[in-house]
Order: sequence, then C-alpha cells, then structure tokens
Amino acid sequence: MTSEVFNPFSRKPSPKTDSKELAKRGEWPKLVLIGIVVVYLALVLLVPAINVFVQAFDGGMEGFLETIRQREFVNALKLTLLMAAIAVPLNTVFGICAALALARKRFPGRTLLISIIDLPFSVSPIVAGLMIVLLYGRNGWFGPLLESAGIKIIFAIPGMLLATIFVTLPFVAREVLPVLEEMGPELEEAAKTLGASSWQVFWRVTLPSIRWGLLYGLILTNARAMGEFGAIVVVSGSIRGKTQTLPLFVEEAYKQYQTQSAYAAAVLLALLAVVTLVLKEILERKTAIKDAE
Amino acid sequence: MTPSSNSQSASFLSRLRQVPRLPFIWQFTWVYLTIMLFVPVIALLLKASTLSPAEIWRIATSPIALSAYDVTFVTALVTAAINGVMGVIIAWVMVRYEFPFRRILDAAIDLPFALPTAVAGLTLATIYSDSGWIGSLLAPFGVKVSFTRLGVAVAMLFISLPFVVRTVQPVLRELEPELEEAAWSLGASQFQTFWRVLLPPLLPSILTGVALGFSRAVGEYGSVVIVAANVPFKDLITPVLIFQRLEQYDYAGATVIGSVMLGASLVILLAINLLQAWGRRYDI
Repeated sequence: MTSEVFNPFSRKPSPKTDSKELAKRGEWPKLVLIGIVVVYLALVLLVPAINVFVQAFDGGMEGFLETIRQREFVNALKLTLLMAAIAVPLNTVFGICAALALARKRFPGRTLLISIIDLPFSVSPIVAGLMIVLLYGRNGWFGPLLESAGIKIIFAIPGMLLATIFVTLPFVAREVLPVLEEMGPELEEAAKTLGASSWQVFWRVTLPSIRWGLLYGLILTNARAMGEFGAIVVVSGSIRGKTQTLPLFVEEAYKQYQTQSAYAAAVLLALLAVVTLVLKEILERKTAIKDAE
Repeated sequence: MTPSSNSQSASFLSRLRQVPRLPFIWQFTWVYLTIMLFVPVIALLLKASTLSPAEIWRIATSPIALSAYDVTFVTALVTAAINGVMGVIIAWVMVRYEFPFRRILDAAIDLPFALPTAVAGLTLATIYSDSGWIGSLLAPFGVKVSFTRLGVAVAMLFISLPFVVRTVQPVLRELEPELEEAAWSLGASQFQTFWRVLLPPLLPSILTGVALGFSRAVGEYGSVVIVAANVPFKDLITPVLIFQRLEQYDYAGATVIGSVMLGASLVILLAINLLQAWGRRYDI
C-alpha cells in the first residue's frame, strides 16, 4: 500500500468494497427474479406438461394400452402421420424456392410479399379452415364442380391436407431466408463461373450452407402439421375413425369424458413436442458453434 | 392464312420469347402461393362482399359478436401485456444469471410452439379445474379458472409465453453489462439504470414480442375451446363463434366475423412490421 502512489484517476477500483457492494447489489434481486421465473414457468408450463405424463399412466399401463389398441386411435395416428408426410415435403420445396427467390432479388414490394407469406402465422386457424370450406365446400366456389366430378374435399382427407399446408406454409421459408441472406451470392456465383449448372450449384453449394436452417424449419413444420387442431376441425367434421387426427381424437375423447383415452393420445403428442424441443436445442447449439467459429 | 398475318403472328411469338421468362423458383413460388394462400383469402373476402354493407354491419356488430370480440381481444391484450413483463424478466434471468437447470428451463420456454394446442387445453383444463392440482388450491378462495374467462386467460398466457422471451433474448445478449456498470458507477439507481439504460434499446423487441403474442392469442382456438365453457356473453371467443356459425350452416355469419378476424390479423401484421423496422434503428 505504501509503495503505491495515490492516483485519483486510477481505473483500478479498491477491490474490497467493490466486490462486497456488487455481491450485495447482485444477490438479492437475482434470487427474487429467479424465484419469480421458476414459479411462473411452473404454473403456466411445467406443471401442465408434467400432468400430461402423470395422467396418461394414472390407470396403469393397462388403460394406456387399451386406448392405443382402439381402431379409432390407430386411424387417428395414421392420419396424423399422413398429414405430416404430405404437408412437410410440399412446404419444404415451396420454402426453399421462395427463400431462394426472395434472397437473391431486390424488388419493390419484396417486404410486402414476405409479410404475406407470414399471414398464416397471424390469421386464426379457424379462419384458415373457413377459407377452405368457402372454396371447396358444398356452397363454395368449386363446390358444384367438384361434386359433379365426384371429388370430396371437405369432410375428407384432401381438405385436411389443404388446411395443414396453409397453417404450416411459412416455417421453412422464414427459417431459410435469413440464412441465405447471410450467406450472400458470392459462393454461388463462383461455382457458376467455374462451370457448374444450376442444379449442381444448388446441391453442392447452396443446400450444404442452408442445411441447419432448413432442418430447423422442417422440425417446426412437422410439429405444427402433426399438432394442428383448429384449421383441421373446421374442414374435417371430426368424424370418428375417419377424419380424426390425434389432436381431434384428444378433444373428442375429453368431451365424451373418456379422460384416460384423451391422455393416452395426448402423451404421444407431448412426446412429439419433447423430441421437437430436443432437436431444436441440438440444432441451435450447432449453429451457435458455427457462428462462433 | 395470309402471309401478312403469318409474319405478324411470327413477330408476336418472337416478341413473346423476348419477354424474360421467370425462373423456375419464381414460377413455383407464385403458383404455390396462389393456390394455397391467395385464392383462399380472396374467396373469403369475395364471399363477404356478396352481402350488402348494412347486412355486414348488422352481423359484425351483433351483441353476441361484440361480446366475443371483447372476450377475445381484451383478454389477449391483458395476457400479452402480462407476458410482456414476465418475458422481459425471464429473458433477463436466462441471459444474465447462471443457476441449476437453466438450460432445461430455457429450452422448455419453446414448449407452447411444439405442444399441440389440444393437448395444452386438455392439461390446463384438468389442472385448473376445481379438483385439479392448482385449481383445488384456488377453489377455497372462490376462484374458478377452468370453464370461465380466467381459463381463457390461462390458455392465452400459455400460448403467447415464448414470443417476448425469444424476441428480447438476442437483443439483451448484445447489450454489454459494461453499459449498466457505467450507469451505476455514475450514480444511477437500479431503477434508473433499468428505465434509462436498459429499456430504450429493448423496447422495440419487447413490443414486437407483445404484438406477436397478442396476434397468436387472438387467433387461438384449440386450447381455449377445451379450457373454456364457450358460453355466449361469458367466455365465448371469436374463433369459437365462427366455428359455431359454420356448424349451423350460417355461412354469411361465419364469413363476416371471419373477415373481421382477418382484418385484425392484417393490422397486427402491419404493426409488427413497423415495430421491426423501428427496432432496426439500433442495428449498426
């Protein structure tokens, strides 16, 4: 202490008081805030999530197995998988095309077009279903035409697919677009000057660069496609064993006071959600590492 | 065919060929958007326009519709605001503090994006019912949650929870703690530091998150329809009203109220875009 010359402009704080002061300042609000967050998340998210798993196996494995052997349940599961199997690839191709088109071109109305692609996120799924009914329903635009051709869209699988595609339309495009913008056109242009065809550029240069963003979009599309309720309930009529996906099965079983059945189907969907979150987390870490490099 | 008309059509064809053909990705994008998005939206608006303005006004402002707007928009606004405050606190805790299970909690915040809404409605209805884990604690105080407007609010809280957290988190990560330390060392109180130093750069992202959450809560159907009793003038939300109109084959009613909802979505979408443009002021 004696050897040190007093310097009023020294940036070095006196360590003793500072750390104590900081600790006093830091510790209390920190604990209170963490407490508030944990209680809030428990009330709104965690307890409800845990409840799904508890209730599903409340009646033991027997009740659970009984439900998943029902014909209606198996049918609902198959339909849910079908929704994802068709909506996900279609929206992926669209998402990549739209993102490529939008990323490589500046034109008036570009922001507007991006907002329009976002519309299915902000419009109520019920309104989405209503639009499809107004188009393809009995009294709809194409109704008479379809009826004379003997094609059934509303209260049948095609309508449910259209509804699913509508509500999951933006995910891939929205996840891939920022990645493409970040990447810039230089790599693709270099490949082109070196004589690569458009396909080669896409497969060898573009796709590897956007793969994580694309996968992220795919996961979100899939989760929504399998879990969609509102839009599908409007167009499907929720006919038991015919046009019911798992979410519709959950709701109907609950309304019929078959709580056990409802939770058995719900737990499968909750597992899907958990898998989705885990994959999301893995992808987020992968891209975070890539960004840091 | 005369030679002159022949050459005319040939020149027309060659001129047509000179028009730059849209690349495949644009063609596919436009065709897909038209079939999947534009035509359905236009169908709704055209169907609404077949009614006379007086008829539209009568349906759109019928007492049951007005009360449904009230339940939907007011509850959504209140819950979005609650999640605005809670979202900032959650984002702050996740970015600045280290504590056990932080990563798991952080990942769990996305649950409402991943969990199908019917499942959310089912489990919330059970837990917040009179005999449920949380509902039974509230019942002695005369507080009923499931099958009331409070239940609608809880479902909306669930559904709009992640938005503010996820919009605020990246901005908060970019803000250096040095800024707060500088404010503190210059003598600002904690409140002043928050109000004058932290809040201004966070505000656009907070408002964007609130608007996104509000938009999601307004349109939500699956969880609310299960948690609420769906009684008109009590806890009936607009999307459920549209669904009931359709079930009664009242296409005019469904179309008009659906168009009101679509209009509301467009306004919110516009607001979100403006907020994001405002937020970009801070990106340099």
